[in-house]
Amino acid sequence: MLEIKGLKVKLEDEDKQILKGLDLTVETGKVHAIMGPNGSGKSTLSYVLSGKDGYEVTGGSALLEGDDLLDMDPEERAALGLFLAFQYPVEIPGVGNMTFLRTAVNAQRKARGEEELSAGDFLKEVRAKAKDLKIDADMLKRPVNVGFSGGEKKRNEILQMAMLTPKMCILDETDSGLDVDAMKLVAEGVNALRSEGRSFLVITHYQRLLDHIKPDVVHIMADGKIIKTGGPELALEVENNGYADILAEVS
Amino acid sequence: MAIAKLKSDATEARLAGVTLPDGAAWAQAARKDALARLRAMGLPSKRDEYWKYTDPSDLTAVAAPKAALFDAQEAPLFGDTDRLKVVFVDGVFDADASDVLAGEGLEIMRLSDALAADIHWAKDLYGVLETRGQTPVERPLATLNTALATDGVVIHATGKVSKPVHISYLHVDETSDAILHNLVKVDAGAEITLLETGPGAARFSSCLEADIADTGAFHHVRAQGRDHERRTVTHCFARVGAESTFKSFTMTVNGVMTRNECILDIIGDDAIAHVAGVCVGDGNDFHHDDTVFITHDALNGESRQVFKKVLRNGATGVFQGKILVKAGAQKTDGYQISQSLLLDDDAQFLAKPELEIYADDVACSHGSTSGAIDETALFYLRSRGVPMNVARNLLTLSFMAEALDEIDDPVLAEELRDRLEGWLARHG
Repeated sequence: MLEIKGLKVKLEDEDKQILKGLDLTVETGKVHAIMGPNGSGKSTLSYVLSGKDGYEVTGGSALLEGDDLLDMDPEERAALGLFLAFQYPVEIPGVGNMTFLRTAVNAQRKARGEEELSAGDFLKEVRAKAKDLKIDADMLKRPVNVGFSGGEKKRNEILQMAMLTPKMCILDETDSGLDVDAMKLVAEGVNALRSEGRSFLVITHYQRLLDHIKPDVVHIMADGKIIKTGGPELALEVENNGYADILAEVS
Repeated sequence: MAIAKLKSDATEARLAGVTLPDGAAWAQAARKDALARLRAMGLPSKRDEYWKYTDPSDLTAVAAPKAALFDAQEAPLFGDTDRLKVVFVDGVFDADASDVLAGEGLEIMRLSDALAADIHWAKDLYGVLETRGQTPVERPLATLNTALATDGVVIHATGKVSKPVHISYLHVDETSDAILHNLVKVDAGAEITLLETGPGAARFSSCLEADIADTGAFHHVRAQGRDHERRTVTHCFARVGAESTFKSFTMTVNGVMTRNECILDIIGDDAIAHVAGVCVGDGNDFHHDDTVFITHDALNGESRQVFKKVLRNGATGVFQGKILVKAGAQKTDGYQISQSLLLDDDAQFLAKPELEIYADDVACSHGSTSGAIDETALFYLRSRGVPMNVARNLLTLSFMAEALDEIDDPVLAEELRDRLEGWLARHG
């Protein structure tokens, strides 16, 4: 599904290398987790994959089902099936959540040469999916993320994911700012979307999210590279001993 | 103090050969009084503080600059709204295109007819609020309008008016120079909506005097455009009584010169006065100026000024807004926001927000910003598959939403929003 080879990325405006030759392959239908200390480049990886400005790729490649992601506009990557659940979902005053969702869904359908969803079909679908995530009608009516609590914002991200049915989902610290109940709800939403044809890359600081979203593979990232890869037990090791042991072992 | 010779000469040049329109003795007296006041003030020039950001020379020139006609190729605004339609073509009343001037809850007639009548309530309003509005800042172009206005609409709302009055100003003559003056008198408990649309003329001066009695309500929704070469100056003077509501919204699309002045006097307690507007302009010859002066002279008044400007390719936007809270106008709640969205580095926004407060128990806030499209929001939308231009337009519309929200009728607001969306799609 996602194949990253030797990815090197620096900040556009500064001479600062963030990713230093990162290799990562996420197979179709699998859930991979990336853990790592602050400043290891986890969020940069998610931004570079989804096409945010401000980064310069100085080497390597990133392919989504064989298509070169790095040459595409963010909207093209989205239409191909890439989705990033933001660590800090953006508030957009003046744009209704429903309008936003419908514009996004239909833009992607159009880009893929599919017919746009009618207002009625869209409404039916969004209501059903919102209900599963305990998102009420009021939240759908309000401007995008404006006045939403931390938990509501993250649930809104998962609702977008559910509506856009991407193939490759990147979750950037989706657990940050969530209490235990909210995290459970979000994890349930994600688990409901797990399928044979859909892959996940879950970026997190803590093991606790991975109690709810059980990963197939866990990677440890430090200083712009994947330094260790293993099974779910690797996350437990981090939880118990911190990163220091792994970092020491690798160096 | 005598005015400078330069100013006096310019004023006399403008007035040379001008004849006052006919009317009853009281109307003639009002016009002559206006003429005398104008001569004492002189027409504005770029050197006047109040015209620092907007050059009035096209508005004061002896002849109207030529304005090419514009075929909008879209259905006229508010065509689906059940309304009483009054049409002026280059400032001339078009009886065939207008509805019969009558309706439930109102008396309505042409200004020229009202001013010709020996006895008419218009006597107590025509030029009266305009004269009041000359202090503390002079507005000579409004006085010129009072002196020379050839026609307009005179409306007396006596109850809940069942459908809006819609004045449509068409422009079919490249050199037309039109001066119209409207009067609105809203009785206690009465409520009326006034719609105004269209460019008016190559050069168009329009003055509205609105007297809202205690507990009356006046809603005003106006659309100026899309003719680009037109020159427009408008004045709206309103006296707002106790527990009454005044709400005025203006959408301006294109235009090389637009100056909209709104002067509101809150004279009764617990009144609400809102004035709002959006403008969209493309090109370095676009110039749009909102000048607002709201005076609180009563208890517990609420006023809002909400102005949003979308400017690109060297377009210029101006905002001069003032809230004056007089001594004793306690519990005043005044809000003023003026913002511009600059779609490129060449566009400019000049803002002069002012507060002058003589009461000690008031809440007044004001803000003014110039900014570009929020890149973070833009990326967020694009990451969801929304193409760049669609995302930009969505964010631009969202920028204008707070002003559009000032329109109480959602159907009217939606229609204006659609027009703005169309403009953005054409100018993307």
